[in-house]
Amino acid sequence: MNALLEAQSVGHSYAGGQLGCEDVSFRLYPGEVLGVVGESGSGKSTLLGCLSGMIEPSQGSVRFDAGGQGLRDVFSLSEPERRLLMRTDWGIVRQNPRDGLRMNVSAGGNVGERLMAVGARNYTEIRGEALDWLTRVEIPSGRIDDLPRTFSGGMQQRVQIARILVSKPRLVFMDEPTGGLDVSVQARLLDLLRGLVRDLGVAAVVVTHDLAVVRLLSDRLMVMRQGRVVESGLTDQVLDDPQHPYSQLLVSSVLQA
Amino acid sequence: MTQNLLKLRVQNLHKTFTLHGRGGIELPVFQDVSFDVASGECVALVGSSGSGKSTLLRSLYANYLPSSGKILINHHGNWVDIASVEARTKLEIRRETIGYVSQFLRVIPRISSIDLVAEVAIAGGSPSEKAMEAAVGLLRRLNLPEHLWNVPPATFSGGEQQRVNIAMGLVRPYSILLLDEPTASLDAVNREAAIELILEAKKQGAAIVVICHDEIARDRLADRLFDVSQFKAAA
Amino acid sequence: MNSRAYHSVDGTYNFAYLDEQTKRMIRRTLLKAIAVPGYQVPFGGREMPMAYGWGTGGIQITASIIGRDDTLKVIDQGADDTTNAVSIRRFFRRVAGVQTTEETSKATLIQTRHRIPEKQLTEKQILVYQVPQPEPLWKLEPREVETRKLHAYSEYGLMHVKLYEDISRHGEIITTYDYPVEVNARHIMSPSPIPKFDNPKMAMMPALQLFGAGREKRIYAIPPYTRVRSLDFDDHPFKPQRFDKPCALCGAEEVFLDEVILDDKGDHMFVCSDSDHCRERRAAGHTGSRASDAADMGFVPTEGLN
Repeated sequence: MNALLEAQSVGHSYAGGQLGCEDVSFRLYPGEVLGVVGESGSGKSTLLGCLSGMIEPSQGSVRFDAGGQGLRDVFSLSEPERRLLMRTDWGIVRQNPRDGLRMNVSAGGNVGERLMAVGARNYTEIRGEALDWLTRVEIPSGRIDDLPRTFSGGMQQRVQIARILVSKPRLVFMDEPTGGLDVSVQARLLDLLRGLVRDLGVAAVVVTHDLAVVRLLSDRLMVMRQGRVVESGLTDQVLDDPQHPYSQLLVSSVLQA
Repeated sequence: MTQNLLKLRVQNLHKTFTLHGRGGIELPVFQDVSFDVASGECVALVGSSGSGKSTLLRSLYANYLPSSGKILINHHGNWVDIASVEARTKLEIRRETIGYVSQFLRVIPRISSIDLVAEVAIAGGSPSEKAMEAAVGLLRRLNLPEHLWNVPPATFSGGEQQRVNIAMGLVRPYSILLLDEPTASLDAVNREAAIELILEAKKQGAAIVVICHDEIARDRLADRLFDVSQFKAAA
Repeated sequence: MNSRAYHSVDGTYNFAYLDEQTKRMIRRTLLKAIAVPGYQVPFGGREMPMAYGWGTGGIQITASIIGRDDTLKVIDQGADDTTNAVSIRRFFRRVAGVQTTEETSKATLIQTRHRIPEKQLTEKQILVYQVPQPEPLWKLEPREVETRKLHAYSEYGLMHVKLYEDISRHGEIITTYDYPVEVNARHIMSPSPIPKFDNPKMAMMPALQLFGAGREKRIYAIPPYTRVRSLDFDDHPFKPQRFDKPCALCGAEEVFLDEVILDDKGDHMFVCSDSDHCRERRAAGHTGSRASDAADMGFVPTEGLN
């Protein structure tokens, strides 16, 4: 089986010499969930930007197997090709759902947009699929015509997820998917994500500072510090038997409930 | 079944924990551990508390990383060193070859006990109805009351959680089974049910490594004992 | 021979107000616009002697293509006699000295605000539209950097989101004017605030259609005989408006009607929005239900204006 996403020595520095991330390499296969943990300044957000086609890395390459025809450098694609990729085969779940939703469009319109973007022209079918997905993310069907600003943070996050999954992407990037949510809401959301990722066989890269999130969602884990990956391996191994001093510090710092 | 076919070969395994947070204190556990387990065979790890039985068992599952040595797994007819292969292959081995019944059930919020068990079978390629049937069968044999099947196990007693654990480990035929105190929290009736299930798996050719304080259960299950404390690493 | 070649009637302005270089620039823009139907071409809009919102875009186009032998008709909401139309007609008479007319069939150049004449136009005519907001997506995507990309990459899902929202809220697409169209199966365009009733007229029209937005400084075009399709869903197809009564003055059916309030007791009637069309029909003997009433009340559409 071919890798779905391949990062080769990905690195990016910001103008002024400030280091984002450096020398990150890995291969992600279909259906795998890779967690990336680190504290503020670890470079995980920069890495996510590079992997998801938002930031062109200053070093290294990010390659993706679009359409099953072999790995291609994401930044060698033309802009329309990359934009199409980001609307269909990829999804980015943003930390703040307001960044990932159209706030002046109804929940149904938000979820249906990706379908309309690739040519769906039957209103009833579009609405039907939107309803189906809203139900799968546990949003009551009566709210399909409501604007996202009338939803709670957790519900907005779920609409964002539905909006992305409707195009059946093969790869989803998540940036602090539970950030800012109440604990019980987080648990529900994580559970939903876990189920959806598993049912749909979606590969995912989950960037977070929260170890409980990666414990639940990811199979593999990379620990980042000051722009570099200090340890990587199976999630349970890195969390239960951390090797690197920083990983040990991180794991031991988590308060037990 | 193929008797006497080796499934697991541990070679010169060495484990030392290094606690960087404490100035780099080293905690040696064991060194030069070697043993083999064949299909249909059950080896019980014994040794005093702290001798590293659990550490060894977890290493076999790639949950702990050995400091050196090899853990060769007979994975689809090929020998694969689970300690050194890439993550993807480790995950594949866990999905398809090795089952692990831990002492503690990691609870996933909102998934019911029956679904937890069925999911394992589905991940192993079983269609949902058959997976559900198998899950029901096991929970019944383990005497888990039916009213608990649709409940997430977070609020279960130790014994109830343990039975869900066992069901998750046995619902599909793994070629290697790692069992960490499988009967610990069980009463006599349920212990018997668990032992029977494990013996059935053994009969079907599973190579089993078990840690079991309960000597009666251990005697029923194990063909031989492996004393880990003999391999205590020098400090 | 005409000695007024490049000067206005009173000699103080260049012919048709704009200098020749500006006209060349706008004509180049028009050529580009015609070459890519429906694509908004930026142009160097000039300061005109009327404020934005009064048709400066349309006026600049007209000024760039009008010749001394042209006959100009100007309408506003279909009528030749409203303030806007009168003022623009006077402007061109003064700076270009051209013949003007109210009769659609006699005009070579028609500048319009918010309507397409009822009469079929010919290959010899040019229709110039006044456009307030050229960008059909602006309500959904206010960033121009982004809308340029959407048009360039044909990413028009968002436009359908707008239509979806209409149907979900109102049961149907409620946009009744400035209804977005797809031109030449490629670009999505705002037809300017003409009623959706007029949209079908744009398709395969023998005349050249030019669109000018003065404030936004954009020009676009539909060449003659071009496919123009109003956006819709397969199961909610585009439906032009229908009026259930004919014109009260001339009895015309299948034309766009305006409502005219007759007194302060709520009496009203519906009459042709296209005043020339109504006049022509009445001159040919057609009447409507209120033709005589209207005359009694002193409402008589003025004729022969200049």
